[in-house]
Amino acid sequence: MTAQALEQRELASVIGLEVHVQLETATKIFCGCSTAAAEDEEPNTRTCPVCLGLPGALPVLNEGAVEAAVKIGKALNADIPEETTFHRKNYYYPDLPKNFQITQYDAPICQDGQLEVDIRDERRIINVRRAHLEEDPGSLQHKGGSIDTADYTLVNYNRAGTPLMEIVTEPDFRSPKEVRNFLAKLEEVLEYLGVFDSTRDGSLRVDANISMVPADDVADDGSISKETLDAANRTEVKNISSHKGAEKALAYEVTRQKNAIQRGRVIEQETRHWDESRGITVSMRSKEEEKDYRYFLEADLPPLQVSDWKQQIPIPELPDARRERFREEYGLDEESASKLTSTKEVADFYEDVAESFDPDLAATWVADNLLGELNYRDMEITDVSDRLDEFKHLVELVATDDITTKNAEEIVLRQMLDDGVDPDTVIEQEGLGKADDDEIVDFVEEAIEENPDAVEDYHSGESGALNFLVGQVMQKSRGSADPGTANQLLRERLDD
Amino acid sequence: MSQSRVDADEVRHVAELARVNLDDDEVEAFATQFADILEYFDALDEVPEVDRESDLVNVMRPDEVREGLSQEEALANAPETEDGFFKGPRVS
Repeated sequence: MTAQALEQRELASVIGLEVHVQLETATKIFCGCSTAAAEDEEPNTRTCPVCLGLPGALPVLNEGAVEAAVKIGKALNADIPEETTFHRKNYYYPDLPKNFQITQYDAPICQDGQLEVDIRDERRIINVRRAHLEEDPGSLQHKGGSIDTADYTLVNYNRAGTPLMEIVTEPDFRSPKEVRNFLAKLEEVLEYLGVFDSTRDGSLRVDANISMVPADDVADDGSISKETLDAANRTEVKNISSHKGAEKALAYEVTRQKNAIQRGRVIEQETRHWDESRGITVSMRSKEEEKDYRYFLEADLPPLQVSDWKQQIPIPELPDARRERFREEYGLDEESASKLTSTKEVADFYEDVAESFDPDLAATWVADNLLGELNYRDMEITDVSDRLDEFKHLVELVATDDITTKNAEEIVLRQMLDDGVDPDTVIEQEGLGKADDDEIVDFVEEAIEENPDAVEDYHSGESGALNFLVGQVMQKSRGSADPGTANQLLRERLDD
Repeated sequence: MSQSRVDADEVRHVAELARVNLDDDEVEAFATQFADILEYFDALDEVPEVDRESDLVNVMRPDEVREGLSQEEALANAPETEDGFFKGPRVS
C-alpha cells in the first residue's frame, strides 16, 4: 500500500459473479433421463447408466441444451465461437458419480457478452466474460448433524446431469444492490427466452467474488485498474440461491470485510459459505486450487461447431425492446410498461387483452387490478396461468358494460382470486349483472315515491337533491345501475 | 524420461485429492510405483504420429425422454442404501 494505510482510506466494493442456471429441457444434458422432478419424488428414480457414471456408459449431448445455450448467447449479445469443446473437471465428492464433472474449460460456448441493467436511474452495462454448459451434480443429505458433524451421507442422483449454464461476469458490480438488480434482470431475460423456470427449486445458484479497494482508485466511469484488483484479497461466497439472498449475503460480506480492514487486519483469500438461516457467511475448508482439478478434454464428446446456429435459432423480443414497443404502440407510461413487461406471461396476456378490447382498459386491468390483487395475496401470475381466460372474460364484461367497473374490481375479481370461481358465477351469485334500463326505471319510480322531501327540494332548485336520489337508485340496484343512466332517467321523470 | 519424478509430497497431495489416507510406508511404496507407471508412458514416445480417423463434430441427440433405471436397479450395486438413497460416510 502507498503512503496511506488501507485502513484509513474510504473503501469501495468490487463484485463479480458466477451464476448457475438450470436450463429448461425435457431431458438431462448427456442422457435421456427426464429433468422433471415430481413433487415428493422418490430418490434415484430418474437415473440411467450415464448419469450414474456406470462403467462403459457414454454421454451424448442433448441438442435442446445446446439450443438453449445459443439463445442465451444471443440474448447476451455474446460470441458463439466457431468451435467449442467439453472437458472433465476432476474432483472426488459423492455428488459426482463419475468423480469428474463434464464442463467446458478453455472453449466455452459463449464469450464476451453483456447485459444492460437499470440501477436506480442509471443504465449500466455488466460484461459477461463467458457462459458455458455443464452438468449438475447430484444432491446430498448430511444425516445426524451439520455438514461437519454428520454421521453419514445420503445421495440422490435424480438431479445429476441436469443441464446448467454457468454465466461468469467481469467484476463490474460496485454494490450488493447492483447484483440483485442484475440477477432479477437475468432471470427475466432467461424466462423470456423460455430456457429457465425461476419457480423451480434450486434453479438459480450464485457464487460471488468480492473484495474491497480504495474508493479513490475507482475511476469516474467505475473502472478499476488491474493492479488495484490484483492487490486486493477477495473471498468467494457460495451457496446463494436467490437475488434477494445475493443482496443480503454480499451486504454482510461488505460489512465484514470493511470492519476487518478498518481494524488493520488482512482479508484472507478464502471460500465462504452463506448461511441463509443465520444471515452470515462462514469460512469453508479450502478446496482444490484450479490446477488440482486436472482439466482434460472429454474424449467421449466430439467438438461442437454451432456458431451458425446464432442466425438460425430465433429468440423472442426481449424485455427492454418490448417495454419500448409497449410505450410507443399502446401509449403506456413508463411505470405501466415496466410492470406489464416484468414477465413474458404478463406481457403476452396484456397484449392479448389490449388487442381484443382497449389498450388503456387492458393496462388498468392487468397492471393495476390483476397484478395488484395478486401481489396483495402474495401470488404471481404463474399461480393463475390456467385461468387467464377467465380474467380476460371479466375485462370483456367491463368493456361491454355488462358489469360496472366498481363491482368488477371490488367484488368479482377478489372473489375470483379468493374462491377460485369464474366471473359469471360470482356475478350470478351476487346478482351483479348491470341493471338494464327497465329495471332502473323501476328503481327511479321507487326512489321518487319513497322520498317526497327530496323531490320537493329538487323542484325548489336544491342541487344536492338529485345526487341524493341517484344514490338511492344506486343502492336499490346494489351498485349495478349505471350512475349516468340513473341521473338521466331521474331528471326525465322529475322534469316531466 | 528420468526416474523418481514422483516424491513423497506429490503422492500425499494426490492421495488427498483422491480422499485416500496413506501412512508413511504406503507413501514410499506408491512413490516408487508411480515412477514405474509413468515410465511405461515413455513407450508412447516410440509411437509414430497418425491422423485422427474421422473428424466427428456436432454429435447430438434430440431432447426426448428415454426410460432409465428403476430405483431398485439404480441401487443394485450399492454396498449400502437407506430409503432409496445411496448411503456413504460423512463428507465435508
